[in-house]
Amino acid sequence: MSPAVAPRSSLDEAIHRAGRIVLGKERQIRLALACLLARGHLLIEDLPGMGKTLLAHVLARLLGLDYQRIQCTADMLPADIIGVSIYERETGAFRFHPGPVFAQLVLVDEINRATPKAQSALLEAMEERQVSCEGETRALPDPFFVMATQNPFHQVGTFPLPESQLDRFLMRIGMGYPDQAAERELLAGADRRDLVASLDPCLTASELLELQHDVQGVHVSPALIAYVQSIAEHTRRAPEYQTGLSPRAALALLRAARAWALIGQRDLVLPEDIQAVLPAVAGHRLQPAGSAGAEAPADIAAALIAAVPLP
Amino acid sequence: MASRQPSPPLTRAQESWLLAGAFLTLAGGVFRLPPWLGAAVVLLFSLRATLWWRRQPLPPRWLLGLLVLAVSAGVLLTFRQFFGRGPGTALLTLLLVLKLFELRRARDGVAAVFLSFFLLLVHFLEAQGMSMATLALTALLVLVAALASLADDGRKIADHLRLSALMLAQATPFMLVLFLLFPRVQGPLWGMPADAWSGLSGLSDSMSPGSISSLSLSGAIAFRARFEGDPPPHALLYWRGPVLRDFDGRTWRAGPEQAATGAAASAAGLDYSVTLEPHNRRWLYALDVPLAAPPDAHLSAEYQVLAKAPVRSRIRYEMRSAPSLALDTGADAASLQPYLDLPANNPRIRALAAQWRRESPDEGAVIARMLRHFRGEKFFYTLTPPLLGEDGVDQFLFETRRGFCEHYASAFVFAMRAAGIPARVVTGYQGGERNPVDGWLTVRQSDAHAWAEVWLAGKGWLRVDPTAAIAPERVEAGLASALPAGESLPFLARADLSWLRQLRFRWEAVGNAWNQWVLGYDSQRQRELLSRLGMREPDWRAMTALMTVLCAALLAGLAAWVLRRQASTDRVQLAWQRLGRKLARSGLERCPWEGPRDYSLRVAQARPDLAQDVRAIAALYIGLRYGKLVGKASLQQLEKRVADLKPALRR
Repeated sequence: MSPAVAPRSSLDEAIHRAGRIVLGKERQIRLALACLLARGHLLIEDLPGMGKTLLAHVLARLLGLDYQRIQCTADMLPADIIGVSIYERETGAFRFHPGPVFAQLVLVDEINRATPKAQSALLEAMEERQVSCEGETRALPDPFFVMATQNPFHQVGTFPLPESQLDRFLMRIGMGYPDQAAERELLAGADRRDLVASLDPCLTASELLELQHDVQGVHVSPALIAYVQSIAEHTRRAPEYQTGLSPRAALALLRAARAWALIGQRDLVLPEDIQAVLPAVAGHRLQPAGSAGAEAPADIAAALIAAVPLP
Repeated sequence: MASRQPSPPLTRAQESWLLAGAFLTLAGGVFRLPPWLGAAVVLLFSLRATLWWRRQPLPPRWLLGLLVLAVSAGVLLTFRQFFGRGPGTALLTLLLVLKLFELRRARDGVAAVFLSFFLLLVHFLEAQGMSMATLALTALLVLVAALASLADDGRKIADHLRLSALMLAQATPFMLVLFLLFPRVQGPLWGMPADAWSGLSGLSDSMSPGSISSLSLSGAIAFRARFEGDPPPHALLYWRGPVLRDFDGRTWRAGPEQAATGAAASAAGLDYSVTLEPHNRRWLYALDVPLAAPPDAHLSAEYQVLAKAPVRSRIRYEMRSAPSLALDTGADAASLQPYLDLPANNPRIRALAAQWRRESPDEGAVIARMLRHFRGEKFFYTLTPPLLGEDGVDQFLFETRRGFCEHYASAFVFAMRAAGIPARVVTGYQGGERNPVDGWLTVRQSDAHAWAEVWLAGKGWLRVDPTAAIAPERVEAGLASALPAGESLPFLARADLSWLRQLRFRWEAVGNAWNQWVLGYDSQRQRELLSRLGMREPDWRAMTALMTVLCAALLAGLAAWVLRRQASTDRVQLAWQRLGRKLARSGLERCPWEGPRDYSLRVAQARPDLAQDVRAIAALYIGLRYGKLVGKASLQQLEKRVADLKPALRR
C-alpha cells in the first residue's frame, strides 16, 4: 500500500470533525478540501452569515495551517495585501513587512468590494504563488490556499470579478441554508467559535503537501479522458452556452476530480468524480446563453451531465 | 473563398513534409524538361529550400505573379504553344515549384499535395519503368505523410510515415483489383499523344557509311527474346531487319514492298518470343529466316516481318524461324534484276569483280575471292572509320581499308553485283547477351549489324557476312571482343567490369519482369488471366461487375477488420452494456451518463439480492476501464459474471 495511507485516513477524520462544527455542509467541506488538495483556490459565493468564515477557520485549524484574513474594502491598496517596505531608522534601511497574503490559508472576505487594482494584485499572487514587491520576488508559503468570499448580489460599490479572473479559482461553491435538523442543532449547540478553538489539528502541513503530491498520482484512464473531452466538446457545440470550456477548464476538471477521488480513498478517477466536482469547477466558467443568466450553477452542471453520455 | 474559419498557418514540420514530397515529385521529371526549364526548376526549388532552411519569409504575391508570367512566357517561347504533352508537363512542373513559394496555410499545403499527385501521374506518360514506379511510390508515401501532418501536426515523423504506409497498404488490394480487372482498351497502358515518338532510336530503312556504327554506341535495349529451349550459338543469331536493295553510290535503300510469293512452311523451326521496344518503324525483328509472321503482321517477299502500323509501344510476339533454309531457289531473272543494278561510279572494284568473274565462272569462287581479298589485305574493323568521298566503295576497298560492318556489307554486295551475282544488304542485329538471371536474350542497339545475301542458282539466297571474314570475333562473341582496345564503346558493353555487368543483368531482369507483367498487361493478357480464372469470353460488363463486387468485398473486409480491432478493445464495454440491458429488463436501466459506481449502488439498493454480484461486476469493470487492471483473466471473469447474472423479473 502507498505510504499516504495514514494522512488519507486522517482526511476522513478531518472531514468528520469539521462536519460536527459546520453542520450539514459535508459536501462543501469535501469540495473545499479537494480544492486545497488540488492546489487550487476556492471562491465561496453566498450571503453573509452562512458559515463561510467558519469553514475557513475550521479548515485552517484542522489542517494545522497558519491563517490570515483580509477584509476587502473599496479603498484598499495592493500594499495592504502583499505588504510594504518601511524605513527603519535604527538600521537605516528599508525592511519588508509582509502583508496578510503571506499565510498558508488566506481568507479574502468580500473580494468584490476591493478595487480591480487590489483584486488583480491578489489574483496574481494566487496564480504565481509568489509576490513581486519593489523589485524583489518573494515566494509565498507552501501550501498556499486562498478562500475568497463574495456576495452574489452586485450591490452599489462592488467590482464583480471578470471572467478571466474567475478562471483563477479552481472552484466556486455556495454554502446554502442549512437544513432543518442542522439548523436546530446549530441553534441548540455551543458557540461555534469556542468549538473551533477547541479543535486539534488532524494533519501537519508536510502531510498536506504529501497528499497534494499524491493527487497527481491518481490514475486517469483513457476512457475517463474521453469523457472529459466529450464534456468539453459538448459545451463548445451546444447552443446553451455562450463559450465552451477552455482546455484549462478541462485540466482543472481532471485535477479536481483526482483530488475528489483521493478524498474518496480511491486511486483511480471515476466518471462520478468528474460529475461530483463539475458544478463547482465548471459553474463559474460557463455562461449560459440567453437572458436567463440567473440559473444556479448546480442546475447548469446537472443539465450538462445529463446531456453527455459516458463514452 | 468565404471560408468562415481561415485554415491554420503551416508549421515548420508540415512545410518540410511538403517540400520533401514536392522534391521527389519534381525529381521524377525535371531531367526530361528542356534544359533551361529544368535549370529553372532546380534553381527555384533550391531557392525555396534555402528560404525554408534560413526561416526567411516567403516572397510577396506580386513577385510570384511576375514569376508565373515569366515562366509561362518561357514555356511558350520554347514550345510555341501551350497545348500538348511537352508544354503541359513543363508548365505544370514550374507551377508546382512556384506553388511552393506560396505555402502559407494548410489550404496551400493541400493544393500543393494534389498538384504533386497529378504531376506524378503525368510522369507516367513519359516513363513507365521500374525506377519511375519506385520513385513515384516513394513520393506518394511522403505526400500522403504530408497530408497526415496537415491533418494532425503534433506527431512524430515516424508516426506520419507509419500512417501513410498503412493507408497505402490498405489501398493496395483496391489497386490490384482495378489493375487486373479494369476493362483495357487495345493499345499500350499509357496512351500517348502524337509527339511522343521523337526520341526513339533504332535501325532505319536506309544505310550509309556511319549509320550503323553510330547506333553501336548506344547501350539501349532493342528487344529481348526467349527461346523455348537453349538459344542457338552466338554465330547463328542473325536478327533480320530491313533488307536493302537499291544503291545510289552512297546510300542503300529498301526496295518497294512486295508480298511474299509463297511462304516456306517448314516444320523444323525454332520457337521463341520477342519483346520489342518501340522504335516507330513497321518491321519486327526475327531470327533469320522467319517462317511465318505473327498476327497483325505479314512476311514480305524479302522475308522481312512487317507489322501493320509502326511499333509505338513495347509489343510481344511469338515467332518461329528456321536457321538454315533455302530461299527463292526458283526465282526468275526478271525478279532478280533489281538485285544487280548498280550506279555508275566506283570503277576499280567494278573492273576487279568483272575480272574475277572472267577468270572463274563459278559464283562460289568469286565470293571466296572477295572474302579472301578482305582477309588478305590489311583491313581493319573499327567504329571510327575515315570519311569517304565520291567513289566510296573504291576508296574503302583500296585506300582506307578501315570500316565498320556497313562498309564491308556495302562493298561486298557492290562487288557481287559487279560480278553479276544478285546480292542485297540485310540489316538487323547480330548476337545478343543471355541474361543469366532470367534466361532472356537481350539485344541492344550496339548489336546492330549489316550483312549480305547473294543468290546462287539452285541454292537460293545465301547469307554471307563479310565482317566475319575481317573480324570473326564480332560474330562469334560480340562487338566488344572484335574492336581493338581503346575504341570507345558504350560503358556497359565493356566486358571487363564483371560486377557491374552482374548488377546490370539483375536490374534488367527485374525491368523485364516489370515490362512483361505490369506494362505488358494488355487486353490480351487480361483475357488470358480471366479465362484461367474460369470466365469465358469476359466482356467489359462482366469485368466491371466483377470489379465492383471485389471492391465491395474488400471494403467490407477492411471495415470488418477495423471494427473488430475496435471491438476487441471494447469487450469490457460490451460486457458492461450487456449488464445494463439485462438489468433494464427488470426496470433498472442505466442512464447514459450514469457512472458505474452510482449505477451499482442504485441497483444494489433496489435489488439487494443482486447486490453482491453487481458490486463485484462493477468493481471489475471499474478496474478494467478506469483503473490499471489489465489482462484476459479479469476480462473473462467480467464477461462470465455478466453472463451468469440472472435478474429475475420484478415481482
